[in-house]
Amino acid sequence: MYAFDFERPTTLADAVAALSKDEAQALGGGQTLIPTLKQRLASPSALVSLTGIADMKGICTSDDGALCIGGGTTHATVAREAADSFPALSDLAGNIGDPAVRNRGTIGGSLANNDPAACYPSAALATAATLVTNSRSIGADDYFQGMFTTALEEGEIVTEVRFPIPEKAAYMKFEQPASRFAMVGVFMAKYTDGVRVAVTGASEEGVFRWTEAETALSANFSGDSLSGVSLSGEGMITDLHGSGDYRAHLVGVMTRRAVAAAR
Amino acid sequence: MPKDSGIGAPSKRREDVRFLTGAGNYTDDINVHGQAYVHFLRSDVAHGTINSINTDAAAAMSGVIRIFTGVDFEGVGGLPCGWQVTDRFGEAMQEPGHPVLAQGKVRHVGDPIAAIVADSLEEARNAAEAIELDITELPAVVDMKAALEDGATKVHDDLTSNLCYDWGFVEDNRDAVDDAIKNAAHVTTLELVNQRLVANPMEPRVAVGDYSRANDESTLYTTSQNPHVIRLLMGAFVLGIPEHKLRVVAPDVGGGFGTKIFHYAEEAFCTFAAKACNRPVKWTASRSEAFMSDAHGRDHVTKIELALDVDNNFTALRTETYANMGAYLSTFAPSVPTWLHGTLMAGNYKTPLIYVNVKAVFTNTVPVDAYRGAGRPEATFQLERVVDKAARELGVDPIALRRQNFITEFPYATPVAVEYDTGDYEATMVKLEEIADISGFAARRAESEKHGKLRGFGVNCYIEACGIAPSNLVGQLGARAGLYDAATVRVNATGSISVMVGAHSHGQGHETSFPQVVAEMLGIDEGMIDIVHGDSSKIPFGMGTYGSRSIAVCGSAMVRATEKIIAKAKKIAAHLLEAAEADIELKDGQFSVAGTDKSVAWGDVTLAAYVPHNYPLEDIEPGLEETAFYDPANFTYPAGAYACEVEVDPETGQVTVDRFVAADDFGNIINPMIVSGQVHGGLAQGIGQALLENCAYDENGQLLSASYMDYAMPRADDVPFYEVDHSAQTPCTHNPLGVKGCGEAGAIGSPPTIINAVIDALHSGGYDVTHIDMPASPSRVWAAMNAVK
Ligand SMILES: Cc1cc2nc3c(=O)[nH]c(=O)nc-3n(C[C@H](O)[C@H](O)[C@H](O)COP(=O)(O)OP(=O)(O)OC[C@H]3O[C@@H](n4cnc5c(N)ncnc54)[C@H](O)[C@@H]3O)c2cc1C
Repeated sequence: MYAFDFERPTTLADAVAALSKDEAQALGGGQTLIPTLKQRLASPSALVSLTGIADMKGICTSDDGALCIGGGTTHATVAREAADSFPALSDLAGNIGDPAVRNRGTIGGSLANNDPAACYPSAALATAATLVTNSRSIGADDYFQGMFTTALEEGEIVTEVRFPIPEKAAYMKFEQPASRFAMVGVFMAKYTDGVRVAVTGASEEGVFRWTEAETALSANFSGDSLSGVSLSGEGMITDLHGSGDYRAHLVGVMTRRAVAAAR
Repeated sequence: MPKDSGIGAPSKRREDVRFLTGAGNYTDDINVHGQAYVHFLRSDVAHGTINSINTDAAAAMSGVIRIFTGVDFEGVGGLPCGWQVTDRFGEAMQEPGHPVLAQGKVRHVGDPIAAIVADSLEEARNAAEAIELDITELPAVVDMKAALEDGATKVHDDLTSNLCYDWGFVEDNRDAVDDAIKNAAHVTTLELVNQRLVANPMEPRVAVGDYSRANDESTLYTTSQNPHVIRLLMGAFVLGIPEHKLRVVAPDVGGGFGTKIFHYAEEAFCTFAAKACNRPVKWTASRSEAFMSDAHGRDHVTKIELALDVDNNFTALRTETYANMGAYLSTFAPSVPTWLHGTLMAGNYKTPLIYVNVKAVFTNTVPVDAYRGAGRPEATFQLERVVDKAARELGVDPIALRRQNFITEFPYATPVAVEYDTGDYEATMVKLEEIADISGFAARRAESEKHGKLRGFGVNCYIEACGIAPSNLVGQLGARAGLYDAATVRVNATGSISVMVGAHSHGQGHETSFPQVVAEMLGIDEGMIDIVHGDSSKIPFGMGTYGSRSIAVCGSAMVRATEKIIAKAKKIAAHLLEAAEADIELKDGQFSVAGTDKSVAWGDVTLAAYVPHNYPLEDIEPGLEETAFYDPANFTYPAGAYACEVEVDPETGQVTVDRFVAADDFGNIINPMIVSGQVHGGLAQGIGQALLENCAYDENGQLLSASYMDYAMPRADDVPFYEVDHSAQTPCTHNPLGVKGCGEAGAIGSPPTIINAVIDALHSGGYDVTHIDMPASPSRVWAAMNAVK
């Protein structure tokens, strides 16, 4: 780890100011960033911890019925507090990493990082969630821009994520055997006006919507309606753990299972 | 009722109190006053010529004490190889040099190029980044068969090729085996890979070198399974330090699994640098460093052919194996694919003709050496997979085929040079059948199928050679060290006892089980006895712990030393009781005169030995301390039968181990709870190999599985609740305890059991898959199913 300055502001305004300094970087739960620093793969001049900002923590329901989660809320809190209001999201959060990761890692950090194998991006995209930052609101369809790439500007902070609560939803995660991140993760959300399916872990482009499956499921919400649709392995990740074809196949299996498990 | 102390008692592991409460004293817990830290700059290319190393800027940086490169080690020896294999043609293996720091060339990712000693680790790492390296990258040799082709790039320019040796065993059987296979009624052939593994002990390697100018003495604290072996190798062959000036301490060690047997560059470096810098020097491996510098395990590519007659009797076996040595010869590397592998190819079967060919190959990868089981898992895997495949081809029951070919008479001399002293393979198979509830399998399979899963049953037998090893025998086979062990029993004045042992405990529970033996022999409380291990200045010159040898070899030395104690104590008791020595009996810690009520307690006798007021000084010396060295007459041969049931999800290829039954014959058992624990751990590692673990390189020699993000270790939810049994016992005939060793069995017997079950599951679903290489990961299982759809 290289040397850095450390700040822990208690207001968003102070955090934004601190992040305006050259090479300053936000620190959420540190579950991605700290290992990166330990391996000397990043050298920020200052770390600005967001954990002291009370306004960025916690879960509530907005007037329009969306579930609003503060950007600094840990996975463990989401797993616990969304269990009744949005069980699929609670399940997703409760299966990220191990207890230590869940008690430190935050939803804002996960979405800002946009790891191609991370779980939350699929939930945000499948629910057309709104990512609220210190300066604007960004729709999920505009937010995710490929592996580790998002619409966030330098120093911009994810302060809240607003999830329209679906009628029914499920997250099906097929774990990569070593890391237990998603080798393929499918978030399926059914709304009155249609079904959205978002896939993480599989594509070289990061999280994506599987529109053919959405169309089929919107027309007929059953696993059978997927029998005619399939994905090609092209553009899917091939690595030590499986080929692109295998991942494409898993997307189909996990989507069918998500339909069966939806609640 | 189980006993509550002594031999056979499930005594609780006393060392666990300190391990589980954070009171252990591991090497990284040792900090010597004034210590400096070393960081190794390691090669990030697999193969290259070092044109220059410019350390000027780095050496001037804050905190830097000194930077070492290969030049600084030109005057000392390289890391020695402890075993010389003789090839098929009677020639010695090719043995390249193994410098402490790279000289002229780097040969694998992780090869140390420079070592920066600084006041702090951060300063050492900063300086490492300022070293200017000029390396010309060369083509990397990764694939073993390609490495042996004419014109292949050579890993070592001074060798004639990348072939370390071409070993044939037994070479004289070669033609007879070829004939038998040609004329067989049936031949089953299988080509397979026994993949490379990383041992991954929980504690990474650590070394602290210390030098005292006061008495010109060097001390090395290190994460070793065998401190005396390190003292011998490093002192005599690398640094030229005589034994009396070199102390090696291996304190609490957090798991070894073989990879902490070997003498490593970092140990020699810290010892050398402590003197050169006149500062203690500490190195603690990061997990990333462990992946690219701990000796790896396995990595065999094999073709095996099993010949059977019309009655399904095994008539001949032929194998051809390519064994990866990596870039250099690690301490015992040459012995693993040969004497620990070829000699086990008979397995539990009376196959009359066997020929094993092994080509050991240098590649631009991390050196490969012994890992839990070492050679024996590779032998068992191929043999038990080919037997299973034969049963399927012939349409016979896999248990019946094994049973029909079991060796039933002992001692049994195999056609591959070893003699099994005892065993009863039928007995462990019967136990297995009892516990595995084979008759209930059909119902369990139907239940799985209801849930869309395929259920498979896999069975496996294994034999291993443990208690390594008779010194004169291994000497003939090329070992450059003796393999006896030693123990000193020091009885204190009040009767408490310290036993100094050459074996080293790094998880095995010696501190509990060894005292049980002495307590049983003397009839005193286990709590009066402690063992001392891991410090060359305190213990006799024993050879350490590996090859399931501790209780069989070092335990036997301890028995012999305790027998000497008893003999002397009886003399003292006879004097105190004014009786004839021949009439003295020892029972429950009391010496009594046979047929009388006269007795004297253990503590009175021990006190008399140290306060010899009323003592036969004219006949015997005062004091009560005895040492014994024990060299076994033969290996021991634990054996067993394993079975498991797996479920395969045909949609994803995911394999789940639902049940695992292990019936082992370990001979006599000192502590059944510890034995179960050893089997459990071995099974977890075997299941890890079968389903999860894979150390993979790309074609450029880059390590693809260089962290836990890509190297899958077994976790608690990957393994079932095991059913283990070790009640079938044929005591070893040649050691005083009748023990065989249990440390490696689980890791040897489980991989083929799992793969046999996976193949069975796939067949039940109509997938005619004949083999899947390990790890049988979901993607591989899915691909195998697709290939036959
Ligand atoms: C062992 C392990 C297993 C894991 N398994 C999984 C898994 O199965 N699934 C999964 O999805 N993830 C997994 N993770 C990742 C985990 O969810 C991380 O917590 C998450 O990816 C990052 O969140 P964080 O709060 O720790 O962010 P940090 O590590 O603190 O930061 C990550 C990045 O986001 C930025 N950042 C942090 N917070 C904000 C914010 N509010 N606004 C803007 N930028 C911000 C930082 O500057 C940094 O660039 C695992 C991690 C570990 C260590």
